[in-house]
Amino acid sequence: MWNFPFLPDQASEQANQVDGVMYVLLAVTAFFTVLIAGQVIFFGIKYRAGSKANRSGRKSTSHNLEAFWIGSTFIICVVMYIISTHVFFQMYNPPADASEIYVVAKRWMWYLQHPEGRREQDELHVPLGKAIKLVMTSQDVIHSFYVPAFRVKQDVLPGRTTALWFRPTKAGAYNLFCAEYCGSDHSRMIGTVYVMEPSDYERWLTGGPESGGRVSMASAGEQLFQKNHCSDCHSPAGQPNRGPTLVGLHGGNAPIQQKGGSVSMVKADDAYIRESILDPRAKLVAGFEPIMPSFKDQISEQDLFQIIAYIKSLGKGQEGGR
Amino acid sequence: MSGTLVEPHAHSGHRPPEEVENYIAAEHSVRSWLLTVDHKRIGILYMVSITLFFFIGGVMATLIRLELMTPKGDILKSADEYNRLFTQHGIVMIFFFLIPSIPAVLGNFLIPLQIGARDLAFPKLNLLSWYIFIIGGAISLGVMVTGGVDTGWTFYTPFSSMYSNTNVIATAIGVFIVGFSSILTGLNFIVTIHTMRCPGMTWGRLPLFCWATYATSLVQVLGTPVLAITIALLGLERLLHVGIFDPKLGGDPVLFQHMFWFYSHPAVYIMVLPSFGVLNEIIPCFSRRPIFGYKFMAGAILAISMLGFLVWGHHMFVSGQSMYAGMIFAILSLLVGIPSGIKVFNWTATMYKGQIIGKTPMLYALGFVGLFTIGGLTGLMLASLAIDVHVHDTYFVVAHFHYIMVGGATMAYLGGLHFWWPKISGRMYPEFWGKVAAMIIFVGFNLTFFPQFLLGYLGMPRRYYEYRPEFQILHVMSTAGSSILAVGFAMPLVYLILSLWYSPKAPANPWGATGLEWTTPSPPPPYNFETTPIVTEGPYQYDHDEVAHA
Repeated sequence: MWNFPFLPDQASEQANQVDGVMYVLLAVTAFFTVLIAGQVIFFGIKYRAGSKANRSGRKSTSHNLEAFWIGSTFIICVVMYIISTHVFFQMYNPPADASEIYVVAKRWMWYLQHPEGRREQDELHVPLGKAIKLVMTSQDVIHSFYVPAFRVKQDVLPGRTTALWFRPTKAGAYNLFCAEYCGSDHSRMIGTVYVMEPSDYERWLTGGPESGGRVSMASAGEQLFQKNHCSDCHSPAGQPNRGPTLVGLHGGNAPIQQKGGSVSMVKADDAYIRESILDPRAKLVAGFEPIMPSFKDQISEQDLFQIIAYIKSLGKGQEGGR
Repeated sequence: MSGTLVEPHAHSGHRPPEEVENYIAAEHSVRSWLLTVDHKRIGILYMVSITLFFFIGGVMATLIRLELMTPKGDILKSADEYNRLFTQHGIVMIFFFLIPSIPAVLGNFLIPLQIGARDLAFPKLNLLSWYIFIIGGAISLGVMVTGGVDTGWTFYTPFSSMYSNTNVIATAIGVFIVGFSSILTGLNFIVTIHTMRCPGMTWGRLPLFCWATYATSLVQVLGTPVLAITIALLGLERLLHVGIFDPKLGGDPVLFQHMFWFYSHPAVYIMVLPSFGVLNEIIPCFSRRPIFGYKFMAGAILAISMLGFLVWGHHMFVSGQSMYAGMIFAILSLLVGIPSGIKVFNWTATMYKGQIIGKTPMLYALGFVGLFTIGGLTGLMLASLAIDVHVHDTYFVVAHFHYIMVGGATMAYLGGLHFWWPKISGRMYPEFWGKVAAMIIFVGFNLTFFPQFLLGYLGMPRRYYEYRPEFQILHVMSTAGSSILAVGFAMPLVYLILSLWYSPKAPANPWGATGLEWTTPSPPPPYNFETTPIVTEGPYQYDHDEVAHA
């Protein structure tokens, strides 16, 4: 209790960048606080009523002075904006090689699954030095995934996915908090992120309970794909059937029928696939009948992630469309 | 008397102040208070009501701080009880203390006096506003004693609309109703300032307190209806399951945040703009100098009130809104730093080469300048995207807005209350105790909230009933500070009430201040001015020899 910390651990690439911005802003804040408080105290003493200080030549308006502080605060604000937005831009856009881990938040727990199939709850194991992208959704209210040591935070919303990425730079165990108030046990919706040496992580990934019968998320998704009769219409062989083929879909563009009859291309990302399963008529692929039923309330969030993982495994699409 | 105006009665009538019928002594029955349409009496009604709410909210804050002394839950029975406490602390302090504080108490009392009018434009509407406020307040108090509400004052959906088991509907009705009090008061002030200024009181001679209240009123009238709509939609979803915010019903939870903050960010300016107005009166008076850059000060107030409508998205940088929306809201939010800077620099420039008198109101004003500087600059940190991602929803945000709300708005309210207390009550406040309380509040405030900046940057999330043990030392410091702060806030309550009987009677203008309110006796007669004043000069003519050495 009595150690007096000022900074949390710096355990990710972003942590150093965010702290760097913070140091600049802290310097600006300290400068102005000392300047203003200094003036208040200095003037308060020097010009106290009845003091002998020289008061000649005082003015009560000066356009030059006003222009000076308007101009200087403007420049400071713009500089703050540029340096902080530069870092935010990198924090927002995950690198292409980031490996994905899936997160489902539910009052008051975190469920996580690695693509290789290993699941965990309120704990996250990640390898040191590798970019990790979390794809997250909530089953009920809004939560927020927050790891102070990484300086990253992202709200986790019901009904859609959000993403967050980080690159751990220091092995260790770090706090995971829910940062968005979510009801009774909000303060107990906490966990631990373990950053491990890559070899330890590989061992961990294949270990644990039920390690023998574990299947990857894509394989589990394939089973769900069969079980829900998706394959009846979406042929895994790559040929269009009653529905378009999903081979080579993910990451490419899907041709979507618009109301007026025109066709526009929509990026086939996680969010698009998710929407197409839950609300198939929202974006109908051109050339197909709107016959697919909605799977809303039929598939759990965890299963949905596995089906998406399976569709991803069917090959990456081209940006220019198929 | 200042050279600001021509006062026929000052030369003709020489009645001693005791013989002048004043607004307090005019009638004594309870009925005469409850049915009054005198803006000054209505100001008193508001003062009594918001003081009650302030101390209710303060007791809740004390319980929250005591609970947070240790990492585990101990003082309160359950996390639910804690969640209800911080929710109600927020609702009471924001909707029932801070928003009405300076506008409804000091604004009501002072605006007609400062513009040389007999009353507000709509006196009966003014009384109705107070009754609406009381009805809203009674409903909210009723919710508190019958189980409470646990959604946070922000009512985020779908938690508030579909998941909370507490009394969200009644709370929403209370907040919905009190909003109309705010709208009607704002409307009343706008019409009054437009139509009832006395001869010679041009816009360029309007005291800056009136400018600040005017800008605040614009925000109240334009922003509050959006809150009412948002809350009505929330109620609709909760009662009838109309899908607006909950994705399970086909709604969008982020839509709620956009609508809520569209009001609630400008609401921050409803709370702090009137404080600027109070400072603009106190600092020139106790520096014996005209305010520096009058036009820039008025312009900065208007700029903040307008910019305030364009920055709501800075509450949502990690909510899942688009990155580009975040970038636009960030630059607009940072730009608020410019008019805020104008205010602060002009205040210190006003002190430069002045004759500074360290009376209690001035101590509050100078405390405000320092704390508002810290609150404002940490606001720029929060507007800077990369930092906000880390500190959003942590104690850093809690510390920041308490610097603005308590270190800013509440300190300014107390400064204004002391400044105009002789005018309001007809009695001086005890200067020694006033200074002691101001200093205790300043120290207690900083000890309470400065550690919370550190807590937040360390990663302590807000609204946590239990926390990791490494945060404890800073929580203990914060709780220690809050007990000092509680003593500081209790003191003015005691000595101001006692001053009504034991303090010397106040002269019409104890501070040698300019401004029409100081030309009429303390307390003023029910009709404010014996004859309509005529203004011939701008405000803050403190450089005139007769007042510069008063």
